[in-house]
Amino acid sequence: MIVSIASGKGGTGKTSVAVNMALSIENVQLLDCDAEEPNVQLLLHSKVSQVEPIYVPVPVVNKKLCDHCGKCAEFCQYNALFVSSEKVLIFPELCHSCGGCHLVCPKEAITEEKHRIGTLKLGSTRNLELVYGELEVGEPMAVPVIKEVKSRIVRSKNVILDSPPGTSCPVIETIRGSDFCILVTEPTPFGLHDLKITVEVLENMRIPFGVVVNRADIGNKKVYEYCEEKSIPILLEIPFQRKIAELYSRGIPFSLEMREWKEKFEALFNEIKRRGI
Amino acid sequence: MKQITVLSGKGGTGKTTITASLAILAKNAVTADCDVDAPDLHMLLHPQIIETKEFRGSKLAVIDETKCVRCGSCREKCRFDAITENIEVDPFACEGCGVCAIVCVVNAITLTDRISGHAYISKTKYGFMAHAMLRPGEANSGKLVTLVRQNAKILAEREGSHLIIIDGSPGIGCPVIASVTGVDIGLIVTEPTMSGIYDLERALRLLKHFNVPPIVCINMHDINKNNAEKIVRFCEEGGVEVAGKIPFNPIVTEAIVNGKPILEYAPKSDVAKEIEKTLKRLLLALNYGSG
Repeated sequence: MIVSIASGKGGTGKTSVAVNMALSIENVQLLDCDAEEPNVQLLLHSKVSQVEPIYVPVPVVNKKLCDHCGKCAEFCQYNALFVSSEKVLIFPELCHSCGGCHLVCPKEAITEEKHRIGTLKLGSTRNLELVYGELEVGEPMAVPVIKEVKSRIVRSKNVILDSPPGTSCPVIETIRGSDFCILVTEPTPFGLHDLKITVEVLENMRIPFGVVVNRADIGNKKVYEYCEEKSIPILLEIPFQRKIAELYSRGIPFSLEMREWKEKFEALFNEIKRRGI
Repeated sequence: MKQITVLSGKGGTGKTTITASLAILAKNAVTADCDVDAPDLHMLLHPQIIETKEFRGSKLAVIDETKCVRCGSCREKCRFDAITENIEVDPFACEGCGVCAIVCVVNAITLTDRISGHAYISKTKYGFMAHAMLRPGEANSGKLVTLVRQNAKILAEREGSHLIIIDGSPGIGCPVIASVTGVDIGLIVTEPTMSGIYDLERALRLLKHFNVPPIVCINMHDINKNNAEKIVRFCEEGGVEVAGKIPFNPIVTEAIVNGKPILEYAPKSDVAKEIEKTLKRLLLALNYGSG
């Protein structure tokens, strides 16, 4: 079973929910898909056993063959190539690696080379295996890193995916193919607004989902009213407690110190299993 | 004209609260909400929309079923796994590159514009505002950020404003890069947690990469004073100014629930005073007067 954890708004507690749930059940593979800011490892402190570079193919032009016809630049939807009568400029950070320039070049002057955009890391701790990717600072596109992380999914395990915030391409790439998605929110106007946007995404993608309300006692009741109106199940509420915030700040998953939460996260997973299948 | 971007790396550290306060303090500034996939600033500044523009950020492949001979070359050549076994386009996977269209032997595939969102020009009681809404699930947020920044610039020139305040999105990827390029200062709002520190370090590297001078402010510093001190030391070593340490106070959430910037909702609170002090230092660093 593949469960993803998403939120719309940042800082609602996705990583906390992902890590605490992962530590409360058996046979887990946890994938941190927030390649821009992978924070799972900061809570898990797993032993990293494997480090691999992540590359994407980008075009390289053979100057001897190129006659500056400009077909490649005309084709490229991402403005990753610029052709003038004197030279060809390539902007690898804009390239989506579609391979189209190579296909349209009438002189076969374009080949591909590897461009490094990130690092894949594999680790393990306690009951679980961790996979995460780190986007190189300055590289704009996290999606290929997320794809690489997801290529390591072991379907026989309980797979948990920690998503980046927002609702654009990195989030879509993360939650695609999930059996269930947990939306973590907080009961504030910001939390509600961004929850609604994410619900729209999940409805379009036809992925079953439920809500975890974090810092459940701050703010107002509007998130609850919205969920009731839309018949969205509220799977768990986590209150605001200074102790939880302090443990998080020190990089400690709170269910390890507050043992009553282990049962709650286990129950959360069982409830998802019941709903996702 | 000066430009400042509020960013954080980690989400939920308080970017929008800080941006709204800055919009109040800096007189006659234009505000730009560049968190286009989860914009929240409008819930504090309540803009009246003056102008709406459609944003067509990307393309989508469309297969003409009457022409398609199901040869499968599009599926074979697509690197985004966007053509299904039944030779249909998966709109969530399609990146609009056009490879399928050029390899199709019967010219059955065309690229169409996607309406990926909307950009707005608005007025708030603190000045003009440029903002946008990416359609949920759409790609190309970076392009929309660029459009919002262009709109903000036009507004600033038209209104004789000398400062643009940009609220960024979390992360360090394309929308954030589009939000920070060419600005005068990047204000990183961090928090004294392990993730806050790690993400701050990456955000600082991002600013350095794009030659943007950084200033840091630590929000909720009293959640973990040791970590807050670590951040201060780390910044000092790197020659980065820490403009302020803002305390944790539930009144910040209360202000959000009431739809008001903290400086308007509770101007006398310790947290509002500290934010004001921090932002005045920031405006000083920018050589820009506050009201």
